[in-house]
Amino acid sequence: MKEWFKKGEHWIWFSASTVSISVVLVFGLLGMIAWKGLIHFWPHAVYHIEVQHQSGQQEVIVGELHDTKMKQVEDNTAPHGSREVPQYLFKIGNRDVYGIDFRWVSSEDMVGGVERLEKDVVVIERYEYGNVYGHIESVKLNGQVEYNPHKALEMLAEQVEKGSALHSEIHHLEKIEIGAINYKIEGLRLEEKRLRANNDFDAKAEARLAAERAELQKEFDTLHQAVQVLYQQAESTGEVTLRIAGERTLNVPVNKIVSFWQPNNMTTAESIGFFFSNIGKFMWDEPREANTEGGVFPAIIGTVTMVMLMAIFVTPMGVIAAIYMSEYAKEGVLLRMVRISINNLAGVPSIVFGIFGLGFFVYILGSSIDELFYSYALPSPTFGTPGLLWASLTMALLTLPVVIVSTQEGLSRVPRALREGGLALGATKSETIMRIVLPMTMPAIMTGLILAIARAAGEVAPLMLVGVVKLAPELPLDMVAPFVHLDRKFMHLGFHIYDVGFQSPNVEASQPLVYATSLLLVLIILGLNLGAITIRNRLREKYKSLDH
Amino acid sequence: MNSQTQQALEQALKGPEFERRVKRRNLKDSASAFGISIGGVGVIMAVLLIMFFLLYVVLPLFVPASVDKKSEFIVPGSKAQHTLYYGMDEYQETALRFTESGEMVGFKVADGQQISAERLPLNGESITAFTVVSEADNLLAFGLSGGGVLLAKYGYSVSYPNDVRTITPKVEFPFGEDIIALANSKIVKLAVKQNESDIVFVYQQAGSSQLQVKQFGKIESMLSDNLILEEGYASSVNANGNVDWLLLDGSMRNLYLIGKSGVADYFDLSDLENPRLVQHLNLLPAGEQLTVARFLLGDYSLMLGSDKGVVYQWFPVRNQHNEFALQSIRSFKVGESPISAIAIEKGRKGFATTDDAGAFNLFHSTAERHLNESQVSQQPAVFVTLASRGDGALVETADGELVHYQIENHHPDVSVSSLWGKVWYEGYSEPDYVWQSSSASSDFEPKFSMTPLTFGTLKAALYSMLFAVPIAVLAAIFTAFFMDKKTRQWVKPSVELIEALPTVILGFLAGLWLAPYMEAHLPGFFSLLIVVPLGIVAFGLMWAHLPEKIRLLVPVGKRAILMIPVVIILGWLALQMSDPLENTFFDGDMRHWLTYSAGIDFDQRNAMVIGFAMGFALIPTIFSVTEDAIYNVPSYLINGSLALGASGWQTLVGVVLPTASPGIFSAIMLGFGRGVGETMIVLMASGNTPLMEANLFEGMRTLAANLAVEMPEAAVDSSHYRVLFLSGLVLFIFTFVFNTLAEVVRQRMRRKYGSL
Repeated sequence: MKEWFKKGEHWIWFSASTVSISVVLVFGLLGMIAWKGLIHFWPHAVYHIEVQHQSGQQEVIVGELHDTKMKQVEDNTAPHGSREVPQYLFKIGNRDVYGIDFRWVSSEDMVGGVERLEKDVVVIERYEYGNVYGHIESVKLNGQVEYNPHKALEMLAEQVEKGSALHSEIHHLEKIEIGAINYKIEGLRLEEKRLRANNDFDAKAEARLAAERAELQKEFDTLHQAVQVLYQQAESTGEVTLRIAGERTLNVPVNKIVSFWQPNNMTTAESIGFFFSNIGKFMWDEPREANTEGGVFPAIIGTVTMVMLMAIFVTPMGVIAAIYMSEYAKEGVLLRMVRISINNLAGVPSIVFGIFGLGFFVYILGSSIDELFYSYALPSPTFGTPGLLWASLTMALLTLPVVIVSTQEGLSRVPRALREGGLALGATKSETIMRIVLPMTMPAIMTGLILAIARAAGEVAPLMLVGVVKLAPELPLDMVAPFVHLDRKFMHLGFHIYDVGFQSPNVEASQPLVYATSLLLVLIILGLNLGAITIRNRLREKYKSLDH
Repeated sequence: MNSQTQQALEQALKGPEFERRVKRRNLKDSASAFGISIGGVGVIMAVLLIMFFLLYVVLPLFVPASVDKKSEFIVPGSKAQHTLYYGMDEYQETALRFTESGEMVGFKVADGQQISAERLPLNGESITAFTVVSEADNLLAFGLSGGGVLLAKYGYSVSYPNDVRTITPKVEFPFGEDIIALANSKIVKLAVKQNESDIVFVYQQAGSSQLQVKQFGKIESMLSDNLILEEGYASSVNANGNVDWLLLDGSMRNLYLIGKSGVADYFDLSDLENPRLVQHLNLLPAGEQLTVARFLLGDYSLMLGSDKGVVYQWFPVRNQHNEFALQSIRSFKVGESPISAIAIEKGRKGFATTDDAGAFNLFHSTAERHLNESQVSQQPAVFVTLASRGDGALVETADGELVHYQIENHHPDVSVSSLWGKVWYEGYSEPDYVWQSSSASSDFEPKFSMTPLTFGTLKAALYSMLFAVPIAVLAAIFTAFFMDKKTRQWVKPSVELIEALPTVILGFLAGLWLAPYMEAHLPGFFSLLIVVPLGIVAFGLMWAHLPEKIRLLVPVGKRAILMIPVVIILGWLALQMSDPLENTFFDGDMRHWLTYSAGIDFDQRNAMVIGFAMGFALIPTIFSVTEDAIYNVPSYLINGSLALGASGWQTLVGVVLPTASPGIFSAIMLGFGRGVGETMIVLMASGNTPLMEANLFEGMRTLAANLAVEMPEAAVDSSHYRVLFLSGLVLFIFTFVFNTLAEVVRQRMRRKYGSL
């Protein structure tokens, strides 16, 4: 045994274990995020719990089981003066009735265990006040009341479909059509302000603006009327009456229903279908209830738009700087220092880029732009406030070293013989670079760009200072010219995680959503990274064969 | 080549067209060279701009104040009368002067031209005592020869005749124009303070050694806008000596009677009916005489000017017996001549002095900064006042001149000592490092100590390094030196995958999952530290005693795979031991035990959570660079050592690690640099309280998290904004230095072994 220690065997075992620990941590973490994120989409079974309170009062709880934990309860008869009692967290929904939608229940108060499924229970997801758990008693439509459970269910399905069609139509009209008109009217208001500021506001301009405004107002009125009609239709989609736990009834108007399902009656195939449709909803819906319900569509759009803009800024900047440094600049101490500085810039905390973005881009550049071009809109700032443009520029600076370093590496991998061959055939230096060197560096540039995008998509700290908000009223990307609105604030997946996880009033309700968002973000970033690694490996193979 | 092609070639390579083409190509070439150079240099400049921009924002913090004389004129109003008070409007257009005869003169600051004059309604009495009730509210109190007090508030009416801003000084009487009768003989000393509901008068009548204290309730009048006073408690205190200054502080609890010699009585008025003498002491060093005494902004600190040209700051401090006692805080050496007047700023803890040598000096108390010194005249300067925004001053000289100064003094409240040293803030029992940048009250003393933030940053980084370095370095050693190629091919990218994980996700998990879990299973996490290493050694020993057949199934290079289930089981076991351990050693609840039995404070979001979460995030940085360094150690060194009979581990310790040590060092530097700048994990899982405790179970606030929290709210160009930029600059320099160090070491190593 002494020999064993002397040979340092234990150290080898330690070091082998640290590798295992790292691997276990990585995959454990990813697994946990995946599990907790995906389970959010799976239909939860609804349980029927009978609770006997110490006062003797009996109560029935119907809800989804979300968490279990052990609680120390004082007990003088137990060996340590306390014993452990399992506690269950139920999502009981019906927030408008009970006031809370999550509830801890001690197993000691339960009569007859946790494992009893509630038969034929219906879960209704609403636009407001969260879920409803209960049994359909009747469905009312145009004064007719259907009591037959089977027919009522069918009728409800039909009506909900109608209701959601109406809802999406209303949403489309209000958000997109009317939103566009409002944007144009605001544009006219600003134009008038500008004309007044330049003293160009004469009768002609006034008449023109008035005409345009009247035109828009007419469009607005038409749309408004259409929306009113739709609202009336939505009102008349009927109402469902449910029996909920505690022998109470709850009326839910159909136009408040997002969807409904019967988790305890689902077959596996139906569950899988439900699972995927939930994922779809998560991706394409707007957030509701202070971001704790609904989807993350605006955050996805915000992230993608910001990242794409950043890519547009960072690619030319990075590539030109890299070409300059490896092809044109004179080797020397200065260049080496610059190279080290750029390398090190990658290690500078991202929040420092954030304050630079805020101080320089927003407060100095933005304010100057406002004063020069948008002074008529002051004091309400146009570019002198955090927004999409500044966020993507800040991110471009942040990811610049990644692109430069990667491009430089690619440039240095192009064999000298190829360059010399080009020059020997009479091509100028720029022609050699453009026609021979750059095409061969393309994969390296792509790698750098993808890595830059992955980094920008996951970085939150600087964005908190330069343009991300928890709830943006408008998307930064829409169908109204100029399509990409550089001055707007936007939502971001990473910030969404921070905000919903930490600033939300209903932490328990929002946690599954945060896990789901985390999973989405992790998948995007891992996908990008894997792509970059694949490209890099291919590139290396390619040049290996070139070297010989 | 036949002649035809030769001819064609020659034709193509000669002639004007060819020349033109060559010219065009050359032009294009030099144009693109020029363009790329400009672009490249531009981008590099943009990168460097970051650092210079941070400096550009920070530098104004350390610029001394500039004081410019704007105008000089003869004191408006009666020159023979002594000045009681000067006030100046915030635009520095007009000012006003109260004289001892009860006259208020409004005048233009530019030339001294008189624009208004009012007489206080003294009813034939004369002013025998004067005090400022509130500098912030412009409220003054005049003690009269008949035993009454008149309260007057000055202000400025602003009008815009012909679109030109015109400001006229005026006097109002919020308590009515009637004199408040307090006594029946001449009041010689007076102190008045008020709060929302009450007003307290302390006064001394001529010839009496007693001081009367009277409290009144303020009631809004039904008939007019004026306030009516309703008499409340009254009592008196005995003066031990001459009372030359009578000062009541803003809380109306502390009363100071100070004589010329510096001897002071400190009374506690918190029970108005029974004032209590707390202290009788001398505020000045022997041989010095008091020439001026007044409060600093906030009416808490006493500012005492002496005849030797020194200003002393005192305020009451709670001692260990929970009693207040006056404490000398700091002193400011102004010059050699007696201080003639002290003026305070109305928004900051700054003050100005004038002395008998005619010098004007500007200070900031908290930052202990001497901001400016100007010579007003050869005559003694007798009176000074500061504009309400601290950007101007009026100085009266003994020969009746009034001088107006324009002051540029944007950040007096920040100095090296206030940023990094211990500062004795008002209301604190001792000098301390405090970060508290904002508050709701207007006379707030901002506390910009970067020390707790830097401390928090280092604490977070060090605790996470404690977790990350052993794991990352050992794992890198195994991966690079022992592991077989096939396993290494997927292990390395998997560990490096952590780097790609957004830190916001790690922070969220640390704050909302790990922190509560750790709180509930605290002993389990400590048993991890013991169970896992012991278990590994035990497993290794057991393995060594297995029959060779089984041992050969797993070569050394694949041991990491073998250990995966082992560490999972060990970890699970250790966490399972949490409850039994808790019951056996910690009375069933370790958290409770820590707080009450061990006396260690416990926060749910603490350094231990940060250590695990941020340590995890640092693993890939350290792992990757260390692995590279070890992997690149030339193989003949290793083979030589092995050939000489050293075991694998002996070779590693004796040959490989010394060779790779610069690389490992630079890996640790890089990891540390990353830990210092990490924002989201600390922001979400550290609790963000700026503490100065190394306690493992308490949180911290780091420089980076502080930036994320406070930057959006900081007003542009305020001291707070610039101090935040300074902390950004500190972070920038810190990480830049660490990374450069690491990079230089690495490059040197690469050159050294590249040639081997």
